[in-house]
This record gives sequence, C-alpha cells and structure tokens, in this order.
Amino acid sequence: MSRKAENWDTSWQKRAADWLRDGTDALDRAMISEMTEAPAVAPEDVPGAADVFEKKVHEDQQKEKAIYQTLHERTMTRGLHHARVLYRVLSILVCIGIILSLLHAVIEMPVFGSPDSPVVNDVSRRYIEDGLKETGAVNIVAGMILDYRAFDTLGESTVLFIASCAVMILLRRDRKRDGMMEKGSLPEDRDIIYEPHFDPILQKSAAFLTPVILLFGVYVVLNGHLSPGGGFSGGAILGAALMLFRNAYGVKNTRRFFTGRTFTTVVFLALLFYAGAKSYVFYTGGNGLESGIPLGTPGAILSSGLILPLDICVGAIVSCTMYTFFALFRRGEV
Amino acid sequence: MTFLTWLLLGFLIVCALSVALTKNLLTSVIILMSYSLIMSVIWILLQSPDLAITEAAVGAGITSVLFFVTLKRIHAIDEDRKDQDEQKS
Repeated sequence: MSRKAENWDTSWQKRAADWLRDGTDALDRAMISEMTEAPAVAPEDVPGAADVFEKKVHEDQQKEKAIYQTLHERTMTRGLHHARVLYRVLSILVCIGIILSLLHAVIEMPVFGSPDSPVVNDVSRRYIEDGLKETGAVNIVAGMILDYRAFDTLGESTVLFIASCAVMILLRRDRKRDGMMEKGSLPEDRDIIYEPHFDPILQKSAAFLTPVILLFGVYVVLNGHLSPGGGFSGGAILGAALMLFRNAYGVKNTRRFFTGRTFTTVVFLALLFYAGAKSYVFYTGGNGLESGIPLGTPGAILSSGLILPLDICVGAIVSCTMYTFFALFRRGEV
Repeated sequence: MTFLTWLLLGFLIVCALSVALTKNLLTSVIILMSYSLIMSVIWILLQSPDLAITEAAVGAGITSVLFFVTLKRIHAIDEDRKDQDEQKS
C-alpha cells in the first residue's frame, strides 16, 4: 500500500475529485447507508415468526426496487452529470485563460511614465500646455473634467442620480401601502426609538471630527480648481461626515436639516444648473470652452470661470447621494 | 520602482486574494477597506492625488460603510457574533 492510498480519504486528490463530481457519489452514499443501517424490527410487530419473515422479504424487495430506481435515474441523468463535470473543468480553463491573457497584455503595456507610450499625444500635450490659459484652472485635472470634458461629468452626475433613484425604488418602504404594519414593528423602527445609542466614545469623537471633516470637504470642493480634489472627492468627504453625524446622533437630529425633500431639491437644482450651464455645448458644436465669464487670475479662488460653480454642484449631488444611499440602506427611508 | 512601491503592490495582491478567499463576510469587507487604503497610497506614489482622495473617501469610507449596513440588514454581522459566542461557550 502506498502512502497516497492510505491518506486517500483526506488527501487533496480525493477532495478535488469529489468537487469535480459534485460531492460524493449519490449511489455510493445510498449503498453505504444501506449497509451500515441496522435492520430495525419494531418489537410490537412480532406476533409470529412467519409474519416477520414475510415482512423482511417485502422490505428487501422494496430496497432492491429503490436501488434499481436510483441506478435508472443515474443512467438517465448521466448526460447532466457529464455536463456538470465539463462545466467545472471549462470554468477553470477559462479562468486560467483570462488570467494569462491579461498578464500578457500587462507585459505588452508601455513602462509607466515612458515618453513613447501612446497616451503621450497631441491631446495631453494640449491639456498640459494650454490648459491653464484656456480654462484658468491651476489644477489641470479639474480643468479637464469640468471644462474640456464637462459633458462627461454631467453624465456621471446623472448616473449617480439615477443610481440613487434605483436604490430608492428597491429599498424605500412605503408606509401608506404597508399600512397594516404598525409603527415600531420593524427592527428598523426600533432604531429611531433607541437612537442615539448614547455611545459616549462615538458621540465625543463625532462631535470633534464632524466639523473638521465637513470643513475639509468644503475646502476640497471649493479649491477644486486650485489643488487636488474637486467636486466628486469633496462631495464624498461631505457625505462621509453626514454619515458619521447620523451614526452618532441618530435619525431625529439629522432629520432637522436633511430629509428626503432636501435630497430631491438639492440634487434636482444642482443637476438643472449643471445642465443649463453646459447645454450650450450642444449649440456650439462640441467646443464648449468660451463661457463668457472672465477667467480671472490663475490661483485666485474666484477664477477659472464656470469650474467653481460646477464643482459646487457636483459636490452637492455627490454628498447628498452618498448620504441618501446610506440612509436608504439603513432604514429604507431618508 | 522603489522598495516601498513593491511592498505596497505585494500588500495589494495579498489583500485582493484574501478578500476572495475569506469566509467571513465582515472580515472580507475590512480587508477590502485596507485594500482601498493601500491603493490610495499607490495613487499618490503615481502622482495623482485627485484619485487618491477619491479612493480614500469612496473606496475605504463609503463603500465599506454601505457594505456594513448591508451586512447588518441581512443579519450577517449578528450571525457571526452568535457563532463566535457559541464557539467561546
């Protein structure tokens, strides 16, 4: 006997084979249980030996029939069985193939920061050389996403809005329709009663952290055209601050300044302003550079034309959407 | 490539693999959080601080919070705690 055979029951080959065959064989299991199970003879059914014998024969016939039935089913479903094994083998092969092709593509890519890479072309040169002059934004990234490609950013904001609408459709609880459910019957309703949980550590740290985070988020939004950051990241930071406040101080305190109506109003107005400010791109034929607003001195806070208000819009949309996501996931209503 | 970059990339791969291989959902969300933090440091090393801020705020912050809330809603966190309590006792 080899070692492999001794440890066969616990070896990885056995486990792999079992996994391929979708667990241990159903027929094997059935036969093993047949063999190990002691024949149970109920004591109250023993009026005579002949009866017991007949009963036993009958039971044996039943068992035999059952085994034949299993065999028959296995032959009928053999195609399915083979398909399952094929599926598993193929899934592994496809995985390995995708990994290898992706690795191959990575090897083929140019070295990071090399001047020969295809991303170094006229477009990026134009952005770097003329970006400051044309958009007035010191932060070239902000100039790109909110001026050259402002239409893309409008699409992104709309996607966020649609996503929050979808989350609302999926997760919002309609109290009127679910009228039979009394208030306080759901576990989410108990949150509003027992919130805030008066967790002193969370509340003290939130009291210290929330203003700082809010201030930092406002700074990131307002300085989007001057320093790294901008509407999206600043809005995400603001949303995180709102979540922290909500977790520490509860729904009632947050509802004082943020309800579902606030969300719809803010997001609708911001999207409307954004779309209005950038819709002239449709008429000018794609080149939406001239906004008529003076660009100002680069580096000043009131500079670079439309970028600052657009940043504020995107920040408002993103922060409200993030917080609404959280509230809807948490309770099913804002 | 400096030593720090290689170290961070190694951490990144380890994190990504362990997210996929961890059985406990809460643990895998926390590992995903650390993955996002490492990724944001890598973005800074790649000289794109804009992406680093966004990755830290969205990837490490908001996505993880949403995952936590979802786990709480489907009672995955409570179940885990129950299991651990049973193991202890």
